[in-house]
Amino acid sequence: MAIAETRLIFKHIDSPGYTNDIDCYIKNGGYTTLRKAITMKTAEIISEVKASGLRGRGGAGFPTGVKWGFIDPSKNTKPVYLICNADESEPGTFKDRQIIHKDPHQLIEGMIISCFANNVKLAYLYIRGEFPEGAKILERACDEARQKNLLGKNILGTGYDLEIYIHRGAGAYICGEETGLIESLEGKRAYPRIKPPYFPAVLGLYMCPTIVNNVETLCNVIHILQMGGANFAKLGKPNNTGTRVLCVSGDVVKPGYYEFEVGALTLGQLIYDVCGGIKNGKKLKAIIPGGSSAKVLKAGERYKIKQKQADGTMADVEIALEDIPMDFDTMAAVGSMAGSGGVIVMDETRSMPDCLANISEFYAHESCGQCTPCREGSLWMKKITSRIRDGKASVEDVGVLKNVADNIAGRTICAFGEACSWPVQSFVTKFKEEFETVAGNGAKK
Amino acid sequence: MSCACKNPFNHDIATENTPMVNVQIDGEWVQVPKGMNIVAAAERFSKFIPHYCYHPKLSVVGNCRMCLIEMGTPKMDANRQPILAADGKPEIAWMPRPQIGCATQVSEGMGIRTESPLVQECRKGVMEFLLINHPLDCPICDQAGECKLQEYSFEHGQSNSRFIEEKVTKPKNVDIGERIVLDDERCIMCSRCIRFSKEFANDDVLGFTQRGSHTTLAVYPGKRLDNNYSLNTVDICPVGALTSKDFRFKMRVWFLKETKSICTGCATGCNVLVGSRENEVHRLTPRENEEVNSLWMCDQGRLGFHEIHEDNRLTTPLINGIKSDWSSALTQIAQQLHGFKPEQIAIIASARMTNEELFLLSGLRKALGGEAVLCDVIERLGQADGILRSADLNPNSNGAKLLGIANPGKLNEIRSGVSNGSIQALLIFNENANEAGLSIESLKKTALVINVGMRLNGAAHFNLPSSSFAEKRGTMINGKGRLQRLNRAIAAPDQARDDWEIIRDLKAAMGGGNGIHTVEEAFKAMAAVIPAFKDLTMSKVGDLGVELTLSSVQS
Ligand SMILES: Cc1cc2nc3c(=O)[nH]c(=O)nc-3n(C[C@H](O)[C@H](O)[C@H](O)COP(=O)(O)O)c2cc1C
Ligand code: SF4
Ligand code: SF4
Ligand code: SF4
Ligand code: FES
Repeated sequence: MAIAETRLIFKHIDSPGYTNDIDCYIKNGGYTTLRKAITMKTAEIISEVKASGLRGRGGAGFPTGVKWGFIDPSKNTKPVYLICNADESEPGTFKDRQIIHKDPHQLIEGMIISCFANNVKLAYLYIRGEFPEGAKILERACDEARQKNLLGKNILGTGYDLEIYIHRGAGAYICGEETGLIESLEGKRAYPRIKPPYFPAVLGLYMCPTIVNNVETLCNVIHILQMGGANFAKLGKPNNTGTRVLCVSGDVVKPGYYEFEVGALTLGQLIYDVCGGIKNGKKLKAIIPGGSSAKVLKAGERYKIKQKQADGTMADVEIALEDIPMDFDTMAAVGSMAGSGGVIVMDETRSMPDCLANISEFYAHESCGQCTPCREGSLWMKKITSRIRDGKASVEDVGVLKNVADNIAGRTICAFGEACSWPVQSFVTKFKEEFETVAGNGAKK
Repeated sequence: MSCACKNPFNHDIATENTPMVNVQIDGEWVQVPKGMNIVAAAERFSKFIPHYCYHPKLSVVGNCRMCLIEMGTPKMDANRQPILAADGKPEIAWMPRPQIGCATQVSEGMGIRTESPLVQECRKGVMEFLLINHPLDCPICDQAGECKLQEYSFEHGQSNSRFIEEKVTKPKNVDIGERIVLDDERCIMCSRCIRFSKEFANDDVLGFTQRGSHTTLAVYPGKRLDNNYSLNTVDICPVGALTSKDFRFKMRVWFLKETKSICTGCATGCNVLVGSRENEVHRLTPRENEEVNSLWMCDQGRLGFHEIHEDNRLTTPLINGIKSDWSSALTQIAQQLHGFKPEQIAIIASARMTNEELFLLSGLRKALGGEAVLCDVIERLGQADGILRSADLNPNSNGAKLLGIANPGKLNEIRSGVSNGSIQALLIFNENANEAGLSIESLKKTALVINVGMRLNGAAHFNLPSSSFAEKRGTMINGKGRLQRLNRAIAAPDQARDDWEIIRDLKAAMGGGNGIHTVEEAFKAMAAVIPAFKDLTMSKVGDLGVELTLSSVQS
């Protein structure tokens, strides 16, 4: 039984005849929400977003309304900036790119409404350097919007001015970390800033209050205003509202992107029903549920979580991996994270040391190098995991590897520290025997 | 503060009227200025939190992670009031994650643990990370002995290495400036040098290239680290990545004797440590004085000491170019001077001399005839740089003015007096006659020329060897009216003597002893008659000097 998608963000994406120009967007009802939003009080829009319970789709799942609430324009003498984070680089994640390529006006409309709500006069759309085509499409979309007076000076005659600049990223994964992004936008190396004191809401772009939101997050704002925050909150589950675009890759029959209400289906349903199961009739071995930095889940694992019962009380229940609902809170409760929505599936033929070496190589290459544990530790982990993969290591190396990861997580400037050490910690702990066996293989031969 | 330079930050200094807050450091409640960072706050209680990237005068980047500590804030009740423990102090809710001390500001009721097992573990971890790709060439590294890597690994490191991978290699011996060499393998990427150049020296020439463990410090294409403050980067580099071309491989730092003194390169009077060994000065380094130079000094001032050891030093008294001894020289000078009328005598002194020397000189002048004896110093003007360097390149112009030795305009009169022959006896102290605009020919016409200094004056009848700034003691008044002390780091070569002794003995030879046997006595005698120095002694001047009221300096 295939479970039906709930396509909100991806409603038009891939539908026959849908093109990414403004006429097609308008023909399908585009920009009507903006027309409505600009008649609303800004506080009203923000309270709708708060009521919607929307959580950021960039990885951390931070409530968008709360984030906007940190900015108090009445107390502010500095300009407020909004930045759309379109740096999408987390391995296993490919949703923002679809929006940019196939429905760019949805993003532009979402941005304009969000800017209007937060009194932003200047916004930046920071797009991954390796998306040159996407940048062109967005430039064109902005031009089209300007021609129709949806962007620029005196938008739709309301006296509201907004400019959006498309800025191509500097070609590094760390440019997606919001404060690294801000540094990069300011023309510097994308070195993440320390928090405190440099919280974007206080000391962001050019030391002004700044909102950074993911592409998908900003698109959601349109739908919140369309259906009302309270109705939006009925999608999904409490504290896990709306829909979520899931990007499935790896050893499944039908990899791709799918949109569901948050938590409406389980990991098992996603893999077996939606994605047609594991390729070539193989068995499942492991899943990374939220982009390569999320902790790995092992087939056959069972998790103790608290679950709301029909009568409203909470009870401890034990669930299998296949039964994990795809929502923020449960993913955290089982020790991983919903992250960026990138689900990476590995079948029984996959070597875990090989997979981890691949991931560690990525992080060693992408560490910005600013802070000691991540800079030195990420490369060290790459070197050990490569040796383990090649059978040129020992059982002790596996222990050292785990300890190196422990010495990074929680001790760095930005969450990259966790991003590079969580895979290591989880792979090594959950597949310890395999690592120890593979490690010594070369030595024995 | 009257610091000549403007620091980008002063994290270690609380501004006046900063309220104090109660914080618990390692179990003890103490009071610290609100908003101060934890590293600086803890230091006030002799708790040293190891750190590499944090520098009290530069922006905080928090990249080394060496200063991780445990931190907590007061537990609050429903009314947002702190919950008090049995001892009446707030109960602390400790954060599960360690925080960096350098970027965390203290607030009321905060708890800090600087020595807990978690903190120790963090330090050990960071030390290990810093060392895995480090070349460990301590035996040939100039920083050895004052290297923070060595220091902290001794305290926080581990002796066995778990790192069996190949190390990352990077450029070594990179020529990044006129005076600086970079070893990228030793660099720990703390970015202090980058921030210093950009924020203090206004010379944004350094940056990192590459990423991750391959991160490499470099100068921007086409740029060099050549600014006049470049050598301060060597001081603040916690490791041996940046070395001074002037000093590298010359001397192990642990052999150096460090003497507190001041730079005499300009009227700023930066406080310095003179590093010497066996009567040789090997380097000057800045010494902290928030009223003068903070932690810095300029390269010109720092390297100025080399003139001490250049080989053409005058080391014995010479009479008509022939080696003699002090008593013969002084007796003959005294005899000859008696033969001139005051109007025939002139003194060219130096605003590089100490107050004590200038004071005794004014006594000698009196003995020679007082006001009628023309007397002045040579002005030396450069360009102020808006950072430390003063436009006045003499270190003690204020002293020379105060003690009546600098008499603006008189140098011109002396010059014409020498060329028209009305001046027949000329005493030159620590100045180059050429620089004073006196030609050899005109000097040759003069009946008696006495040169006291470090270098020979070929036209002088008497050449008397004197001490350099590093060989003598005394005081000077900097451009802002601060009285500071010069100290002896090394002995003067051979027979060279301090000017104050030479002047005293010359006056004695002329028949006027003054009972002064030490610099202290010279200072005391001066303080007795000069109102600006009233109630002061050399020991009261101390290592950091005292501010004189400018009006008293000018009076
Ligand atoms: C190493 C790192 C890389 C990141 N990359 C991205 C990214 O490519 N796109 C993104 O939207 N958020 C990324 N984030 C998360 C952002 O820092 C930020 O939380 C997010 O853009 C906020 O938007 P949201 O609240 O709408 O999720 C990254 C975070 C880290 C630590
Ligand atoms: S954790 Fe890694 S990526 Fe983040 S600032 Fe530190 S070195 Fe850079
Ligand atoms: S050269 Fe020295 S001061 Fe500069 S970044 Fe490297 S270690 Fe720090
Ligand atoms: S600024 Fe003047 S006093 Fe300071 S180091 Fe330079 S020359 Fe010496
Ligand atoms: S001293 Fe605090 S992080 Fe470097």
